[in-house]
Amino acid sequence: MTLVLSQLFIGSSIGAVLLLIALGLSLTFGQMNVINMAHGELIMAGAYTVYVLQKTITGAGASLLVALPVAFLVSGGMGVVLEFLLIRRLYARPLDTLLVTWGVSLMLQQLARDIFGAPNVQTRAPDLLTGNVKIFSSASGSDLVVANSRLFILALALLAVAALTLVLRLTALGRRIRAVVQNRDLAAVSGIPTSRVDRLTFFIGSGLAGIAGVPLTLVGPIGPTMGTNIIVDAFLVVVVGGIGHLKGTVIVAFALGMLQSIVEYSTTLSVAKVLVFLAIVAFLQWRPQGLFTLRTRSLA
Amino acid sequence: MYRVRGRRILACAAILATAVTLAACGNKTSQGPSSGAVIDTSGPTIKVGLLNSLSGTMAISEVTVRDSLKLAIEEINNSGGVLGKKIDPISEDGASDWPTFAEKSEKLISQDHVAAVFGCWTSASRKAVKPVFEKDKSLLFYPVQYEGLEQSPYIFYTGATTNQQIVPGLDYLKSQGKTSIYLVGSDYVFPRTANKIIKAYAAANGMKVVGEDYAPLGSTEFSTIVNKVAASKADAVFNTLNGDSNVAFFKEYKSAGLTAEKMPVVSVSIAEEEVKSIGTQYLAGQYTAWNYYQTTPGAANDKFVKAYKAKYGADKPTSDPMEAAYVSVYLWKAMVEKAGSFEVEKVKAAAKTGGITFDAPEGLVTVDGDTQHVYKTARIGKIGADGLITEVWNSGSPIKPDPYLKGYSWATGLS
Repeated sequence: MTLVLSQLFIGSSIGAVLLLIALGLSLTFGQMNVINMAHGELIMAGAYTVYVLQKTITGAGASLLVALPVAFLVSGGMGVVLEFLLIRRLYARPLDTLLVTWGVSLMLQQLARDIFGAPNVQTRAPDLLTGNVKIFSSASGSDLVVANSRLFILALALLAVAALTLVLRLTALGRRIRAVVQNRDLAAVSGIPTSRVDRLTFFIGSGLAGIAGVPLTLVGPIGPTMGTNIIVDAFLVVVVGGIGHLKGTVIVAFALGMLQSIVEYSTTLSVAKVLVFLAIVAFLQWRPQGLFTLRTRSLA
Repeated sequence: MYRVRGRRILACAAILATAVTLAACGNKTSQGPSSGAVIDTSGPTIKVGLLNSLSGTMAISEVTVRDSLKLAIEEINNSGGVLGKKIDPISEDGASDWPTFAEKSEKLISQDHVAAVFGCWTSASRKAVKPVFEKDKSLLFYPVQYEGLEQSPYIFYTGATTNQQIVPGLDYLKSQGKTSIYLVGSDYVFPRTANKIIKAYAAANGMKVVGEDYAPLGSTEFSTIVNKVAASKADAVFNTLNGDSNVAFFKEYKSAGLTAEKMPVVSVSIAEEEVKSIGTQYLAGQYTAWNYYQTTPGAANDKFVKAYKAKYGADKPTSDPMEAAYVSVYLWKAMVEKAGSFEVEKVKAAAKTGGITFDAPEGLVTVDGDTQHVYKTARIGKIGADGLITEVWNSGSPIKPDPYLKGYSWATGLS
């Protein structure tokens, strides 16, 4: 019983990590149709932000809280530069965007290697986040233990989703973003500056990647290649969730997390990875457009 | 418009054709009859190859090996070189890609005519270049601990084989009264082979393997594996994970409330450099099994550590594979000088007759002429809060290399 519960918690915490890394992508890829292969490196930039901040300004204690807004600005800024220099010239050419951003991702990896060195760097986690909470002790002696770092990630993921939803639903910018996604031409003739909206959307999406990088320092390595490990999972979640739908991304992230943790517990990590991929292939056969589809009146 | 496009296609075709021809030429040279490597001894210098991954996922570890190879070469050159010739190192990037390793070793042997090649880290890269060195009859010095069960006539193994690292690690656990162990490893040849050996050892020594889990190389999601480890209530964990996975594993291990006191982890792929990148916060108190630590006492090690830090920076630690690489250059020098020649067969013959020794940072090392491995002292170390590893146990004297574990009755039938 305890094991089931702790696996369920692990499933949701894997889901939270997936959600965080896919959230920015669901905006740039899902809403704008930009295949940004450098998304993983924007996450890496967020993780290195924590490292730099700990080296220069703050101790371990407050570093993550300080790093969240800074990482948002750093990665968001990088995203805007990327959009301004390259992506905006390639909006109608998805395959070219894919190749160009892949090249950018390689360059950013090498840049990280040149600045911070090839080995991984270490950050100190705040003491509060290295511990764990005992939910209950069972008679058989196996306790349900929940890691604080995982709780933090779960909370942060849900908070980020809530914030993004609020921005998209309630603000003028959100309305414009939705208008441009649903019908770019109509939005343009209605007086919405679509290229500026694109840049802002890309800024937010990239900034979210930076935010995702911050809590990843608690669970994984921080190094030049960390982005490449992440990018496949992120695309997976967005594609299965359905293009242009935040709801799909959220549901799929947690569903994949659960599936992964349950299958892995009864088999092995390698088998779990294979089975999750098989499940995704089967699912996409059934619903090639993903879990949710965006219904628009545009002819394209 | 049509014309322009036609011309472009023509241009592309021309480029392709040239590329194909060039590739074909490349093949021809590598497939030609080879009666042994030709070593260029004409100049005032003697060329050797350094083959390490300077880019890609293995660059983290292999760059440090290349650095210490260069240090050894520099020291030898400053004291007069080998047989009166200065060593001229030619560095090639294996790029963490096994076919590239094979390609580059072919290049070093047949184009640069090097006297020997030093390098490779993963077993996969060693397996990829082994046929090249055997075909061309050229020498490779391999500086990393590995899974044993191999003995190529053209490779000298200066890292530990299993009976010099894993078996002593298990002996140590047994002596500490840890009888149930959990095996965690990356999913490739080294951990799988190592765990086969561990299970055979456990069966013969009254120990119990209560669980065994593998993660694909590069995986960074260890919550489920750690949960299984915690639920198993094992006495200790034997860890053969490699690379980034270690970072994720130890972060998860600590978050789950597991400590070195409750359930110690013995790792065989975590040296000083890796400790630095994982974080001492997560590793302090855990154990490693190696043959050398930066803290190993002795004048030879003091000199090595001092020279390395002077050349590459005071914050750079020295580790077991780096030391084994450093030693490999000196051992090659000793063999060449004993043979009085750079010729591969004569160098091998000189090693075969024995007496090739070097006062290494880890202590006196001796080449075993029969197996082309090296006698090494096994050392179990404990990771300290300062990131350095201090020895808590050693085998007392250098252990004779036994790559096929012929001297261990429980290991029959493993190879």
